[in-house]
Amino acid sequence: MDFVLFDGKSLRIIEHPIIQFPIKREVTFTFEGKKLKGYEGEPIVAALYANGIKVLRYSPKDHRPRGLFCAVGNCSSCLMEVNGEPNVRVCVEELKECMVIKRQVGKGTFRGGESSCKVQK
Amino acid sequence: MQSTEIAIIGGGPAGMCAAQAAAEQGARVTLIDRGKQLGGQLVKQTHRFFGSEYEYAGIRGIHIANILEDAVRKLDNIEIKIDSTVLAIYGDGVITIEEGENYKKLTSKKTIISTGASEKMLVFTNNDLPGVYGAGAVQTLMNEHGVIPGENVLMIGAGNIGLIVSYQLIQAGVKVAAVIEAAPQFGGYHVHAAKIKRIGVPILTSHTIKEAIGKEFVEGAVICRLDANWKQIAGTEKKLDVDVICLAVGLSPLVELLWHAGCQMKYVPQPGGYVALRDRDLQTTVPGIYIAGDASGVEEASSAMIEGKIAGLSAAEALGYNKNASHMKAKYMEEINILRAGNVGKKVREGLKMLAV
Ligand SMILES: Cc1cc2nc3c(=O)[nH]c(=O)nc-3n(C[C@H](O)[C@H](O)[C@H](O)COP(=O)(O)OP(=O)(O)OC[C@H]3O[C@@H](n4cnc5c(N)ncnc54)[C@H](O)[C@@H]3O)c2cc1C
Ligand code: FES
Repeated sequence: MDFVLFDGKSLRIIEHPIIQFPIKREVTFTFEGKKLKGYEGEPIVAALYANGIKVLRYSPKDHRPRGLFCAVGNCSSCLMEVNGEPNVRVCVEELKECMVIKRQVGKGTFRGGESSCKVQK
Repeated sequence: MQSTEIAIIGGGPAGMCAAQAAAEQGARVTLIDRGKQLGGQLVKQTHRFFGSEYEYAGIRGIHIANILEDAVRKLDNIEIKIDSTVLAIYGDGVITIEEGENYKKLTSKKTIISTGASEKMLVFTNNDLPGVYGAGAVQTLMNEHGVIPGENVLMIGAGNIGLIVSYQLIQAGVKVAAVIEAAPQFGGYHVHAAKIKRIGVPILTSHTIKEAIGKEFVEGAVICRLDANWKQIAGTEKKLDVDVICLAVGLSPLVELLWHAGCQMKYVPQPGGYVALRDRDLQTTVPGIYIAGDASGVEEASSAMIEGKIAGLSAAEALGYNKNASHMKAKYMEEINILRAGNVGKKVREGLKMLAV
């Protein structure tokens, strides 16, 4: 299966009339093996959206693309593989330096503790 | 195993008001929320609230959250747990919590469930494509995390939530192609509708969505007109080039914990689906378990706050604390009845009639 790596352009809000978004520390992580940047502590999905990525996984039976739906950890639409662990809800899991994030296919695969930093050493 | 006198699950307006009311009576309270901050729905609301003047109408939701949180943090008999998801309530009264990365257990003498509500889904072709969101998700992404869901939105539902979130999208720099509504009239307040109409966003009543278009994610939507019997009219289909489809077609109370605790539940359409039977004190059929706010039936923030106070006072009173509690409860009951009076509150009153024990 060919993955669409980048679905669109960055969706980060630069200026807002009412809300101020505090600037956070930038961290590096990988998505499908590619190095990307996001903010530490934001939900993983926010960093993916900021990089134009909306397709988070493919469903087990019909291999349908799945994305964000509720954004608060209720629905499990956003399950991905994070650091080798499948079924992580990326709408509530915080982004950390060196994370390895992969689109989950079906029920996912347990690969054990992965880190994008170790790989680079 | 930790223990507390009153455990409150959900730190939105209902939970925070319950905590304050109970703690002011003298009870030891543990307030638990799965979010990174207290406030529930309020922290995403940038608009000035409608509702009762006693419950901060006219103030932006985000600021109401701050006022309530300050009051809660001032009371040192309230322990606050954030980033803490309640997983279950067992028959022996044990509450299990995922607190950060840890699994914790808590027992309580009384428990108030104020978990709020979640969005309803809608049936249409390709409704599972990435790019179809609940309105709450769009708000969370945009107003909490500073990321927009896409560039061009079709909003489904012209109740207050659909209208307000449309305006918030525009504030964040997103285009709203249209707001569609199945009913022949939109349900939200005119002020909110006027705001987005002025910007040029059409509100199409008697319209529904037929399908989402796209292979990997939403690239368009087909809408069509409905006749007087809510049937789709063939030949009226129209394609919109949108990359976001936002559902604002109503909320259902989040009641999993109530089911789990064994509360007697009933399906009642007015409050949004399955809800727990309750007495005047907002106690469910399981002694010691109380409900408040949207979890007890979808309404609005003012009533959530008053219900929180009633539940908090009731639970504290049942534990023997009584600093004028019954008198205060009577006052809040009167206040909530005024809020639910008249035409606006008709639906709420009908629903409540079916839930009293
Ligand atoms: C777009 C929009 C606009 C609105 N505008 C208005 C308005 O102008 N005026 C008005 O009066 N009302 C308005 N409302 C409605 C109002 O926000 C809600 O009615 C109110 O927030 C309900 O309060 P609550 O405390 O019951 O629930 P919520 O605010 O939803 O809070 C519930 C809390 O429970 C937590 N929770 C859920 N499950 C668990 C669990 N298992 N463990 C731990 N924590 C849990 C959640 O994280 C959340 O913080 C609006 C709502 C929306 C969506
Ligand atoms: S989008 Fe619903 S759980 Fe993450």
